[in-house]
Amino acid sequence: MSDTVTPVLELRHVTLTFGERRVLDDVSFELRPGEFTGLIGSNGVGKTTLLRVLLGLQRPSSGEVHYADPAQNGSIGYVPQRIVIDADVPVRARDFVALGLPLPRWWSQRARRAHRDLVTEYLEAVGAAPFADQRIGELSGGELQRVLIAHALISRPALLVLDEPLSNLDPHSVQEIVQLLRRVAKDRSIAVLITAHEMNALLPVMDRVIYLTQGRAASGTTDEVIRADVLSALYGHHVDVLRLHGRVLVVAEPSADTDQLPSHETLDLDA
Amino acid sequence: MMKWLFEPGLVASSPVAHAIFAGAAVALLSAVTGFFVLLRRQAFAGHALTDVATTGGAAASLWSLTPLLGFVVGAVTGASALSVAGDERVRERDVATGVILGIATGCSALFLYLTSTSTANTGVAQQVLFGSVFDVSTSTVALVVLISLALVTLTLAVARPLMVTSLVPAIAAARGERTRLLGWFFMLVMAATVALSALITGAVLSTALLVGPAASAQRLTARPPRAIALAALLGLFATTLGVILAYDSFYWRSSGTGLPVSFFIVIIIVAQYAVAGRMHRIRRSN
Repeated sequence: MSDTVTPVLELRHVTLTFGERRVLDDVSFELRPGEFTGLIGSNGVGKTTLLRVLLGLQRPSSGEVHYADPAQNGSIGYVPQRIVIDADVPVRARDFVALGLPLPRWWSQRARRAHRDLVTEYLEAVGAAPFADQRIGELSGGELQRVLIAHALISRPALLVLDEPLSNLDPHSVQEIVQLLRRVAKDRSIAVLITAHEMNALLPVMDRVIYLTQGRAASGTTDEVIRADVLSALYGHHVDVLRLHGRVLVVAEPSADTDQLPSHETLDLDA
Repeated sequence: MMKWLFEPGLVASSPVAHAIFAGAAVALLSAVTGFFVLLRRQAFAGHALTDVATTGGAAASLWSLTPLLGFVVGAVTGASALSVAGDERVRERDVATGVILGIATGCSALFLYLTSTSTANTGVAQQVLFGSVFDVSTSTVALVVLISLALVTLTLAVARPLMVTSLVPAIAAARGERTRLLGWFFMLVMAATVALSALITGAVLSTALLVGPAASAQRLTARPPRAIALAALLGLFATTLGVILAYDSFYWRSSGTGLPVSFFIVIIIVAQYAVAGRMHRIRRSN
């Protein structure tokens, strides 16, 4: 992707403090149309807080969040983490997707048909057509993710943000969702930002990575960021980056505090 | 058969006509409100509001005011307290609701005791707790119908953002919806629904009309507009048949006193819920 493309969103030197605690420390990055960006960090490093800042739900203590379109921050497609919906809620998958659109003119049969067709088109695009008429509370985790993505996409956002969409999914569903998001980013020229505490599932598809730890972030392509020197500077102590069978393992020295490492990487090493 | 079902004078009776009109209006409002109550998992809050409405009704009786005024003031005060006390986490919300419910019930007991011991109105507890729909005046019925229609219109106008806010608040917030304002608005609608419903079924049983038909409807259909329409029909059936049976019950007993409307309405609602549950299970097993 060319550097001349106007970013959909830019964070410039964003710092956020809660009392004495510095949750985000001088974080800067940009998200571009058509690019798939992974926000990687272990649990509790501030990924969800960072998302709240860029969604406009949390004002930073200093720094700036700049949207290419000033009216855009209210129309970002967002898929949150962990959703619990009662099984008997009388809302089908297609009803929920349709809630992303304005109501059609009820007196115009043509408008109603176009509305219905558009919902079907988005359900098919995310592979949710087979369970479009099921209640959303009865869907599996992977199926619900697809419906939420269709709901987010149908309002045609320039940016799609997903908070830990891969946690609690089986490996097959993880691959399907990742490929779907990759396709969405390219086909619809949407900037996709996805948070994860484990980066390996995203490695084949990430155009850029934002690696977050201890409130600080490094961003760039995976080759620019997932390197021993960059991550050692970020962690404040030496870490090694091992590449094994196409997987990346970030390994700390035995004496170092490994709590801040993405958990799966250290687990892989033990295995 | 018809004579057994409908005692002479039923249609011509003005109290019966009033009761049926008021019941229909409240059933419609309860259907719309009940749909969102279940979506938002606020059935417990709805029950607490009925108890606070009871307190308002009991206080109104003590000071010889219109019961409807007491129900409305009580429920709206309760709704405001619930909104302030916490609405983010279900557990915190339930604790706050439980505390408010306890305070309200204690005050109701005090007001009802004072009214029954210091005034000639010995039937106040029956009226406040279980309703007195046959005593509703023409002007009150008109007020109930107007308020119900206004609230139904307002709620349906914000139905789409309210649905997203109720199902996945985080998505609505990210989209720029005023989730807190919508929450307050809905709490007030719920308070008004409970207050109006208290006139028909009594304060204590108004949760039944609020939650029952909506819960039955959601077992029978998975489509939101149909669920609301079906809940309205079920509620309308329950209130109308309840009024008719209560009227008829004057002739069932040698003492010449009828049985309470609220009893019949609640029994019908429970029967609807049981049948809907059975149909839901049969449909799922096929």
